[in-house]
Amino acid sequence: MHPESHALLATTAWWLGWFYAAVAALNAGAAVWAARRHAWLRAAAWSAWGAGLAAAAWFSLAGHPPQLPEPFKQACDDLLGPVTFTAGALGLLAVGYVLRRWLVVPAVAWLLLNVSLVWLGLSLSDAHFAAIVARPDNVPIVAMVYLLGFFTWAGTYQAVENDRRLARGQGPVEADYRDEVLVWPDVIYLELIGAILATVVLIVWSLLLRAPLEQPANPAVTPNPAKAPWYFLGLQELLVYFPPWLAGVILPALMILGLMAIPYLDFNPRGNGYYTIAQRRFAYLTFQFGFLGLWVLLILIGTFLRGPNWSFFGFYEAHDAQKMADMTNVSLAELFWVTALGRELPQVTASHGMLVELGQIAWREAPGLAALGLYYVALPWLLARTLLQGLAAKLGRTRYGVLTLLLLTMLALPLKMILVWTVHLSYVVNIPEYFFYF
Amino acid sequence: MPQQDQGVCACARTAGAAAPAPVDARRRGILKIVLGSSLGVGLALLGAIGGLWSAALARFMMPNVTTEPNRRFRVGFARDYPLGRVETKFKDRFGVWIVHQTYRGQAQIYALRTVCTHLGCITIWQESEQKFKCPCHGSGFHRDGTNFEGPAPRPLERYAIRIADDGQLEVDRSRVFQRELGQWDDPASFVRG
Ligand code: FES
Repeated sequence: MHPESHALLATTAWWLGWFYAAVAALNAGAAVWAARRHAWLRAAAWSAWGAGLAAAAWFSLAGHPPQLPEPFKQACDDLLGPVTFTAGALGLLAVGYVLRRWLVVPAVAWLLLNVSLVWLGLSLSDAHFAAIVARPDNVPIVAMVYLLGFFTWAGTYQAVENDRRLARGQGPVEADYRDEVLVWPDVIYLELIGAILATVVLIVWSLLLRAPLEQPANPAVTPNPAKAPWYFLGLQELLVYFPPWLAGVILPALMILGLMAIPYLDFNPRGNGYYTIAQRRFAYLTFQFGFLGLWVLLILIGTFLRGPNWSFFGFYEAHDAQKMADMTNVSLAELFWVTALGRELPQVTASHGMLVELGQIAWREAPGLAALGLYYVALPWLLARTLLQGLAAKLGRTRYGVLTLLLLTMLALPLKMILVWTVHLSYVVNIPEYFFYF
Repeated sequence: MPQQDQGVCACARTAGAAAPAPVDARRRGILKIVLGSSLGVGLALLGAIGGLWSAALARFMMPNVTTEPNRRFRVGFARDYPLGRVETKFKDRFGVWIVHQTYRGQAQIYALRTVCTHLGCITIWQESEQKFKCPCHGSGFHRDGTNFEGPAPRPLERYAIRIADDGQLEVDRSRVFQRELGQWDDPASFVRG
């Protein structure tokens, strides 16, 4: 082990000790809670687990935090690439959706939380992992992951409960809410307490974590990697796959316009005022895919897995500026004409006037233009006749068109990303002559 | 003030009853409102302050000291650049790489602009991998400026370069040459190496 990682371990060991101690205390609490409900088996399991964590806390505070085996880390890094990460995360979301009735069982959720916390603790003893995850700017993102997990779980929990009741012909839980509380003092008190807690958290946070300061700005030097603030990292990640005007202007505008369009596109009256998944399957899945599957996932990639030169790094990998990940880009036109047909790329000459040139460009870019046409025009048309027949009839032509445009654009993001990673596609339509890329 | 007010009021009151007020008196009233009233003074002051502010702001936009280096500068003799060399010492001050490299079967010395053609970050020369790499979204460029990886849609740009009277190479940053527009064939965009 390097001497610096020894030093780092010494400082993180102290933190890790308290971290394990906190998780052990949580499990002790869970054990007591289970015991009071006479769930003796669970109480025993949580206390045993808590005891193990207390031991880990003891060792960490003594300077020897438990570590992950090297082969495991190596295997993780080897396995983790952009494709596996994205596909895996989307797959996990899908699995979570299918198994939601089982996931909302508190004991299962508690177990998963424990697993993730212990994994986090074990991984933090790795110097490379700690250097990224425990960085002061990245700590809030770790907190965000847990907060998002909690709120998703809490929402799903109530939705599953309601779906069960609705299937039995009962009303949702919320329909039984009869007790009203007063704004003053009940709500105001809660808000006051919330404000105080938030202030305390902010003060403690700012005392414990140093704000990262960098060198004075120098226009001739761009830091490597140059990362946007965390909430923009998703957009920065998009810029890797899409041309600037698309990733920086059109896509963000579409996100906002698409959100604004929801009331016009979604007129399912059910689910109003209560949690449900079964009655709003389409809306629910679209939201989860768009928010967790695209926005949050891209932020996570940008924060934790991108390093110098915007290369992709595994969790336990050193962020080494020399890491080489050569990928020679090809445009769709090259893939089609050169790779598939084995011919030359059609020539474009500017000397015969603009009309001829545009024709030549259109011919060269025909595969990309055709692909776009198929995707955005033929596919919705086909779907309206087959899979989405009912939906298309209900929505009418305009709304159906808007809906499919938005959905297909959302879907295009992971599709294009995977194409970039696998076949190194640069742009579907690539017209450098007129600064147009798609 | 009170006297004047009375005067204005008096003519207004009598206007309906007797002959119309003398034109002169009415004109004076308007003038008094514009120039003499506190509202007029206030508006005038506001306009004056606004004008001063704008002027100050416009002045603020002009830097007191410009550290912009000359648009033309000398970078030494062609013999200082052996074939295959990428000179990085002019990057910080002038934002150029001087490269000696075979391009289309011809040895050329040219000045590449360090600005990434994707969104304008400053690229980094990576000696070990022999490529320019952008730290923002990972675009990579070959030694001749060709974009080959990442999202940058076109090659790095060249600045004009020529041999000055004293025999040194002289870069002129006021002219750029873009390959995708066929401008790299322009003899002003390189010096034969
Ligand atoms: S600015 Fe260079 S890759 Fe985006």
